[in-house]
Amino acid sequence: MQRRDYLIKKTAWSILTIVFVLILNFFLFRILPGDPTTAIAKDPRLTAEARQALQVRFGLDRPLLLNLEGGSLFDSQFFAYVTRLAQADLGISFNFNRPVADLLGERLLNTVLLVMGGQLLSIVLGVGLGLISAWKSRTAFDVGAITFSLAAWSLPTFWLGIILLILGSSYLGLPTAGRETVGMDYAGWWDQWRDIGRHLLLPTITFTIVLLGEYMLIMRSSVLEILSEDYILTAKAKGLSHLQVLWGHALRNALLPVVTLIALNLGFTVSGAIQVETVFSWPGLGSMIFDAVRRQDYPVLQGAFLLIAVSVVLANLVADLIYSVLDPRVKSA
Amino acid sequence: MITPPPEPPSRDAPTASAQFKQRSLRMRQDLAGMLAQLRRSPLGVVGAIMLGLALIAATFAPWLAPYDPEQSIHVTIEDIYARPSAEHILGTDDGGKDVLSAFIFGSRVSLLVGFSASLISMFIGGAVGLVAGFYGGRIGNALMRLTDIFLVIPDLPLMIVIVAMVGPSLWNIILVIGILGWTGTARMVRAQALSLKERQFVLRARALGAGNFHILRRHIFPLVLPLMVANTVLVISLSILSESTLSFLGLGDPTTLSWGGMLNFAFTRGAISARAWWALVAPGLGIVWVVLACTLVGNTLEEAFNPRLQSHHLQGEDKMIASPSHIQAEG
Amino acid sequence: MERAETPLLEVRHLSTNFVTDEGVFRAVEDLSFQLRRGEFLGLVGESGCGKTTAMLSVLRLLPAAGRIVSGEVLLEGEDILKLDAAEMRRMRWRKMSIIFQGAMNALNPVRNVGDQIAEALVLHDMAPSRRRAAARVGELLELVGIDADRADQFPHQYSGGMRQRAMIAMALACSPQVVIADEPTTALDVMIQAQILELLERLQRELGLSVILVTHDLSVVAEVCHDVLVMYGGVLAEYATVDEIYNEPLHPYTRLLLEAFPDLSRPDERMISIPGQPPRLNDLPAGCRFAPRCPMVIDRCRLEPPPVRQVRPGRWATCHRIDEAGT
Repeated sequence: MQRRDYLIKKTAWSILTIVFVLILNFFLFRILPGDPTTAIAKDPRLTAEARQALQVRFGLDRPLLLNLEGGSLFDSQFFAYVTRLAQADLGISFNFNRPVADLLGERLLNTVLLVMGGQLLSIVLGVGLGLISAWKSRTAFDVGAITFSLAAWSLPTFWLGIILLILGSSYLGLPTAGRETVGMDYAGWWDQWRDIGRHLLLPTITFTIVLLGEYMLIMRSSVLEILSEDYILTAKAKGLSHLQVLWGHALRNALLPVVTLIALNLGFTVSGAIQVETVFSWPGLGSMIFDAVRRQDYPVLQGAFLLIAVSVVLANLVADLIYSVLDPRVKSA
Repeated sequence: MITPPPEPPSRDAPTASAQFKQRSLRMRQDLAGMLAQLRRSPLGVVGAIMLGLALIAATFAPWLAPYDPEQSIHVTIEDIYARPSAEHILGTDDGGKDVLSAFIFGSRVSLLVGFSASLISMFIGGAVGLVAGFYGGRIGNALMRLTDIFLVIPDLPLMIVIVAMVGPSLWNIILVIGILGWTGTARMVRAQALSLKERQFVLRARALGAGNFHILRRHIFPLVLPLMVANTVLVISLSILSESTLSFLGLGDPTTLSWGGMLNFAFTRGAISARAWWALVAPGLGIVWVVLACTLVGNTLEEAFNPRLQSHHLQGEDKMIASPSHIQAEG
Repeated sequence: MERAETPLLEVRHLSTNFVTDEGVFRAVEDLSFQLRRGEFLGLVGESGCGKTTAMLSVLRLLPAAGRIVSGEVLLEGEDILKLDAAEMRRMRWRKMSIIFQGAMNALNPVRNVGDQIAEALVLHDMAPSRRRAAARVGELLELVGIDADRADQFPHQYSGGMRQRAMIAMALACSPQVVIADEPTTALDVMIQAQILELLERLQRELGLSVILVTHDLSVVAEVCHDVLVMYGGVLAEYATVDEIYNEPLHPYTRLLLEAFPDLSRPDERMISIPGQPPRLNDLPAGCRFAPRCPMVIDRCRLEPPPVRQVRPGRWATCHRIDEAGT
């Protein structure tokens, strides 16, 4: 199919999903019983006027979705919410009394640092292991690799983090929390990044191990399917060695579905990030969520969820784009 | 010009190499076939045993646990994070309570939540998949779009948000995990329903005047059920992981103590600095044990449905030219 | 056409089994034939008779369960079954290439066609530079009637017939001595079939190509082949020149095959089909493999497998009842 059509379809789909996420986010915080704004506004100890004033202040007197009473159709809580979002207004944090958007922005970089490193490493290792495993299918190596991957996948990420934390700090003297050593004076920019690196090491390893299992299994089944295709036999008949067949024919073809599958599994990545950041007190979005839960800071929770969900949807779109570039069958009419 | 002749008779005869490829496809794709597959695979057997032991521990917890975790006890400072000893085989936790007992009882919560939530997921996923696959059309498409949306949205953040708002009771947690866990099942059931829809026995039943619901109930559902069961076992492992993660993050039911909850207490109450490894290792191992068991069993059961590729093109070269000893050994 | 003295390819007593959980499938048993320079050998038989297995054995491309249990494959006098893996890889494509059945998936969908042809050239040191390789690819494509500009395109952009022709071009890339064409015209429509056969004939004339043409279609064989080998149930049924096969078939199976094909000149004749099923190769009856379906079967056939007999020089058949002449 036309690449352009393919991308248009996928983009429209992503937009639809994001709209769904927005609506979901909105309703979660209006309908679920725990909504603080409604709780506050309904507090019986308040006078009727105070309650009324609070309701107006929070916009709770407006209709929920669409305004059918008179005036603009869009004078409703939902559209007020959408308008605020368009202005990057995610509300004010209960605990810090600062705009949620600012707080998220500060933490975003740290999460990206952690996730990028772990993803890259686990993709490279996972793809490599998966390829070899499929090639040497049913040998001892394969069985071992599968068992390792299944075990890695079965480990709760936070627990693996705890174990590595204990081992790493006891035996290797690695730091146990934070991004940088508290109160340290840095000789220069390089010094600071070395410190950050030391703090990043264990979280990244934890993250990598958990993702590695998943990616290895995905790659392995993709390669197994491909190695049974006719064109592999043709390649062999041409006199190519195993390595040449794997590199020139199997790898490229196997990576295609893997790109899509990795994107689809980004939920797994997010979940891992939240857990790793919590265990290692790494100051990113994940640990922010953990704190927000503990302190019942709902605006932060809502904002973080929105940011993460939208990011994942966009990441999927990017993956679709990459796929359309890699697969020649998507190019021509 | 000679006209192309028809293929000589016996067109359906499989080629020599195809004759033996049929074997794995002929594997029985029903409950009996699944169990046979389970028995056949060593990893599957290991998983089943592991799962069995966990279920035994959970069921007979009151008899197996040396202490009653509910009982309030009087503790002194020495009792907190006490090292493993004859009295407390796995030491004590932050409250001076026996870790082993908490561990055994903890299996109950984790398994209960895991099984209940996945039952819900199986139900929803099965229903969605059957309707989407069998009825198809606009409803089917819409359902699949919905499934895709839920697939993309990352589950843990959503679970955190919902549980944080509605309150972490056991029932709430089971519901949330269950309601967010059906997507994989739905997709798979739909695929199977789609393929079954066109099969001979369905067309025959229709010709005899059978209505849709009847066909679904009597013909399609029994064939889809084994696959659903296999898939559900895998969903159980996901549910248990979700529950322990939520509990670790502080969103577990405060009235019960699951393994995740034990880890939450240990982590937030200084087990690491106290070097109380027993309080951290034991509950985690419990989770790994059960999750791995379900994964092994689930994967093995699912294999009954995947025609296993006999071999691929880069295998078997060393045996291709048989030496006399080979010939003797293989007949 | 002169017949060269020593055969280019000679297969002697080749036997191949498949080892599976359901027993040992004796897919090819005691197969012998020769291919001379510039000649076409037709390998005929129904699906499952072992033709493809025999060819895969010759090239040592069997699936993992395949075992060549005996025999020799002599290419220019050298037994290639005795080559080690590296020597075998060097020999492949360079001396002997194959066009697979159903070329739809035989080309990698993610790489362009020219690339895949050039890969063979580069591998066997036949392209000193990229430009030379591209030029040669263009030549090969033109040879089979494909526009050289289309080298950059991907297999899905080619039609079915074009893909088959591209496969032929690729098979010829290293100017091999022997080309095995496994059902090159099956699954293609009549017009394309004709084109491909014409192409093969032309290549034989211009390049002196030697081809083993595997097919179930006797009419194709009649058109282009010099010799014919009829296989049934894994064994050689009859082996002779194409004229001898058509005019004087000795094996009952060959006779039935010839009768089973409708003849345009006699449209009112009843179509004959050969009743029964081919044998299960893991559960073979004692005696002749064709006995259960043979119209001329006698008791001896069921007890004793007939030997591969040379009836005359260059004329072989495997039947107890050859001596009784009959048409």
